Amino acid sequence: MLGGDPLLSGPIDLAVVLIVILKVVCVFAFLLVATMLMIWFERKVVSDFQNRVGPNTAGPFGILQTLADGIKFFFKEDLIPDRAERRVFILAPLLTVVPAFLLFTIVPFGGDFSNGHDGSVEIFGRTTYLQLADPSIGILFALAMSSIAVYGVMLAGWSSGSKYPLIGSVRASAQMVSYEAALGLSVCAVVLTTGTLSTHGIVMAQAGSGWGGFIPHWNLIATGFVPFVVFLLASQAELNRPPFDLVEAEQELVGSYHTEYSSIRFALFFVAEFMNSVTMAAIIVTLFLGGPAGPALLGPGWLWGIIWFLLKMTGFLFLFVWVRSTVPRVRYDQLMDLGWKVLIPLSLGWILLLATFWVARDQQWNGFITVAIGVVVGLTGYGLLKAAIATSKARRLEGVVD
Amino acid sequence: MGYLGGFLVSLRQIGRKQRVTTQYPKEKAPKPIRVHGRHVLNRYEDGMEKCIGCELCAGVCPAKCIFVRGADNPIEDPVSPGERFGYIYEINYLRCIHCDLCVEACPTEAITESKMFEFSFTNRADAIYTKTELVVDDDGMPQKMPWEDWRAGEDLPTSAWMRATSPSGSAAFEGVVGWSGELGYGIRAPEAAQELKDSVATPSEMIDEHGHGHEDHAPGTPEHVSPEHDEHHDDEHGGDR
Repeated sequence: MLGGDPLLSGPIDLAVVLIVILKVVCVFAFLLVATMLMIWFERKVVSDFQNRVGPNTAGPFGILQTLADGIKFFFKEDLIPDRAERRVFILAPLLTVVPAFLLFTIVPFGGDFSNGHDGSVEIFGRTTYLQLADPSIGILFALAMSSIAVYGVMLAGWSSGSKYPLIGSVRASAQMVSYEAALGLSVCAVVLTTGTLSTHGIVMAQAGSGWGGFIPHWNLIATGFVPFVVFLLASQAELNRPPFDLVEAEQELVGSYHTEYSSIRFALFFVAEFMNSVTMAAIIVTLFLGGPAGPALLGPGWLWGIIWFLLKMTGFLFLFVWVRSTVPRVRYDQLMDLGWKVLIPLSLGWILLLATFWVARDQQWNGFITVAIGVVVGLTGYGLLKAAIATSKARRLEGVVD
Repeated sequence: MGYLGGFLVSLRQIGRKQRVTTQYPKEKAPKPIRVHGRHVLNRYEDGMEKCIGCELCAGVCPAKCIFVRGADNPIEDPVSPGERFGYIYEINYLRCIHCDLCVEACPTEAITESKMFEFSFTNRADAIYTKTELVVDDDGMPQKMPWEDWRAGEDLPTSAWMRATSPSGSAAFEGVVGWSGELGYGIRAPEAAQELKDSVATPSEMIDEHGHGHEDHAPGTPEHVSPEHDEHHDDEHGGDR
């Protein structure tokens, strides 16, 4: 299960178990602290964008605000509505928060990738990767976990026994399921390029000095930028973050699926949402920006792995907040249009193009002709899609199809 | 830039020092001059209470939050100048809507409002202010309860704006709203275009807080109001004392 980690290739003794436990504790603590800081960071940066002050009372720069909020949540009254389906109602927040924790286990958050090292570090004389688990299914695990998180949202809305949560959860499942397709297809592009599902393998493929010695060998460039953009957009929708936060849509749905939740159960949803933001940033970094891979400028290489990882991740978290503070919420039909009519065809076409490209290279076909045919086929497909959409719209206007 | 131009718009806001936030519990935004806050019961300069127990404030109160009972003044130790005084005076701040009608109704301007409205209670008994809390102290300043959040300046202009025309029967003020000159502590600055007549209406013994004290009999007084004003001045104080 823990896969390609060299720690587990040898005999498993007490030291190995202790190292694994240490890593579990470290990742757990890191994730909680990072989530706490992310909530503070988001509130602070959004307030900066909006000419406000933001939290500034608890601790320096209000950094302890989240901690104070969390403690308060524990002491709030926990309500379960009369009409709620009790067991599912209690289960739902757990279904959301547990996958959020599990998602991070496959993310390589450090390791020595400089100067051709393979990302392994020595802890107590044992060689290991700085990631909790490196299963061979790798990135599929992430997709699976984010799909399970949909159940949490859906069941929460359904079990509340109230109309707004139900509407919200219907929206949530439709949105998350449709964007999952685009998400998966852009991951496919990465897998095609790197030839491995293992996250460590994906990072390894991007390590090294890169093209021309200074352009990093990132999948961002290797996959041709389009899967990255698709993944970025789809991840925002998957996270239910603005501008795709139709699930929450306070103005229409009063907070949607967590309307009926209070106290620590609500806090679990809240934490899971921001934890998913952190994890999604980490996964984007892993897939497209080489994760912890990067040159070691001075000092030990394993430290630079963590530094590069945190730097890249913070950059993406800032981007998330930036998008949130800039773009207004999209309409529901716009959301579905973007998902089904733009992102999915685009990433699907791009995968085909990429696959053709790789096959052509293996078979030593004429690269120019291959790409030309690919582009022509792509344009034909685009035209057909356009025609199909236009026809269906015309027929809908005529009243032939409801 | 097209689609991405908006991102620059929001990004440019970062680091700009254009916050308009008031750090509320620490600092308060400035209050308008006629803001309606907690009431005070004023006294004359000699310490007599202005309230005569007429119950007009209680009658006009739309929230029915004022309770007044008048009583005859004790002859040897009168509480107010005149026949009767406010024996019981209560305002229930759980009901008061700070409409200021009581202040307008008051014939002697005994009740006025301060600017302080930030007060809250932990029990209902505290919310009912009696004469003990409402009457101003010997300096004419409101008493400050521990649950009230007084800041500098909020207790100063406790005097009322006299909205009736021709205050105190002076013919010079026919058709003109004007200040009454001798309220509790402090006198508000007159509004624009009223300074001339207001300054005349101010009794000589009152020093206003803006530093330009007035001399009723000063030679510079405009002649068309000074005689009437002198009479009114004498009448009022003669009657009061």
